[in-house]
Amino acid sequence: MAITNSYIQEKLTEKFGEQVTNFEETYGMLSFESPKELNLKVLQFLYDEPTLSFQFMTDLTAVHYPNQTGRELAVVYHMHNLVENVRLRFKVYTDISTPDVFTASKLFEAANWMERETFDFFGINFVGHPNLKRVLNVDEMDYFPLRKEYPLEDQTRIDKDDEMFGRG
Amino acid sequence: MDHHVKLPEGSIERQTTTLNLGPTHPATHGVFQNILELDGERIVSSEQTVGYIHRAFEKLAERRPLYQITPITDRLNYCSSPINNMGWHITCEKLLKIKTPKRVDYLRIIIMELARISDHLICNSIVGVDSGAYTGFLYVMQYRELIYEIYEEICGSRLTTNIGRVGGFERNFNATAFNKLEKFLKEYPKVLKEFGDLFIRNRIFMDRLQNTGGISAERALNYGFTGPNLRAAGVDYDVRVHSPYSSYEDFDFSVPVGKTGDNYDRFLVRDQEMWQSLSIIEQAYRKVQEFKGAEAEVYHAEVPEFYLPKKEDVYTKMEALIWHFKIIMGETAIPKGEVYQSVEGGNGELGFYFISDGGRTPYRLHFRRPCFIYYQAYSELTKNGMLSDAIITMSSLNLIAGELDA
Repeated sequence: MAITNSYIQEKLTEKFGEQVTNFEETYGMLSFESPKELNLKVLQFLYDEPTLSFQFMTDLTAVHYPNQTGRELAVVYHMHNLVENVRLRFKVYTDISTPDVFTASKLFEAANWMERETFDFFGINFVGHPNLKRVLNVDEMDYFPLRKEYPLEDQTRIDKDDEMFGRG
Repeated sequence: MDHHVKLPEGSIERQTTTLNLGPTHPATHGVFQNILELDGERIVSSEQTVGYIHRAFEKLAERRPLYQITPITDRLNYCSSPINNMGWHITCEKLLKIKTPKRVDYLRIIIMELARISDHLICNSIVGVDSGAYTGFLYVMQYRELIYEIYEEICGSRLTTNIGRVGGFERNFNATAFNKLEKFLKEYPKVLKEFGDLFIRNRIFMDRLQNTGGISAERALNYGFTGPNLRAAGVDYDVRVHSPYSSYEDFDFSVPVGKTGDNYDRFLVRDQEMWQSLSIIEQAYRKVQEFKGAEAEVYHAEVPEFYLPKKEDVYTKMEALIWHFKIIMGETAIPKGEVYQSVEGGNGELGFYFISDGGRTPYRLHFRRPCFIYYQAYSELTKNGMLSDAIITMSSLNLIAGELDA
């Protein structure tokens, strides 16, 4: 029997009570969040609980919401139960001044580079990560480029020397 | 044998050599740097450096309307760009709740499976090249050329295709495209058979590939492997079967799996997948031919608010001009929402995590790039192996720098 989104929600609420919140179903995928301190406990529970067994980490990334004070950065995990073929989305929010989130790389080898990438672009400090350094950008970079305060170049700017771009 | 110099035991320290393989090295087939610690020819440890062709696609996408993101996806896995393009369009359609007609789905499947064949063909023939057999590579190249000619008939370009639109294709397939497809279906099986005969039971090839670069199913899953690399380890996970998109559920095909997850099994899985793709294309072509009358002319969904109209209509018709302007300027409303959609790319599950805040561009777009995720395992796969096996492992993983670095 395939497990349903409401069953997953029931199981999680049974285990974590009020701490898992914001359950919603967007385009068929269950999405919920927990406090960031609980992220490993939730992932471990999803992994170990025999009727859930979300044992495949599809994706890990982050999103920056500059206007949500105290919850600026969201770390998003996409988990997949390959046997029952159910996916879910799990988020933890952290404030931008102390962006410490526990690493999932002990549980999933796949998380290793994905966390490095997330650190690289959003500056999330994955506590306990074995090798938390930049992966795609240069090591000397001193900012986190996917944060919203770094806009791309204004396409309408006119102070550029077009000669250099073959449009002179 | 009598040594000329007799040295006391322990007077020479055992040393390892550090070798820089890459970033530009003919054997890496792309921009990868590996810092290897070698004991003779054996790899003691290695570290990978990636990011040499990082182009900040996720940041760029945050200010581009939907149609300007399609050419970005071309440049992920550029051996099978149409799959990326269509994956992106399918993601948009999911967010916008657009239902595509069956004929569009089947035409898409033809193109996606052709792309899969060209992707696997390159990967497998490169494995041949790296183990010392160049002939196969040159031989199959003319059929990749034929696939590219089919793309050319449909979208006008070959490598970075930018094929299709949200809701379908930019134009209907013309007679030349179908003729070339028929030629491909007629001639390719013989070529693929011959290509297989060159390698599969070749003693040298087997000795080079078997028991090198292997991984167990548990480790592969833990490392987040998908696609042929995971299936070679014995897990039958295929996005086309698990979460069918573009009407893959209408097709009858099997998912080949390996056992040991080594280079040889990866080669065999890709080889078998090409046969399956061929059968899917044949089925899809038959289904396409069954459409009659007006249905046989359908090549896009009726969604004027997102489907870019024909250029000649834009110049002559008021409605088309309005929609064209609205789409290009991002005036059509995109719903708020979060969607994750994945497709079975040439080398694994290619995912698009698209967050829309209702603006003209994505609020955030994340690509789940299979290469990036499984390249982490390269260190483990090559440890204690020979340097020359590591080269084969790299090509048989089907690493594409463009996808890895995004």
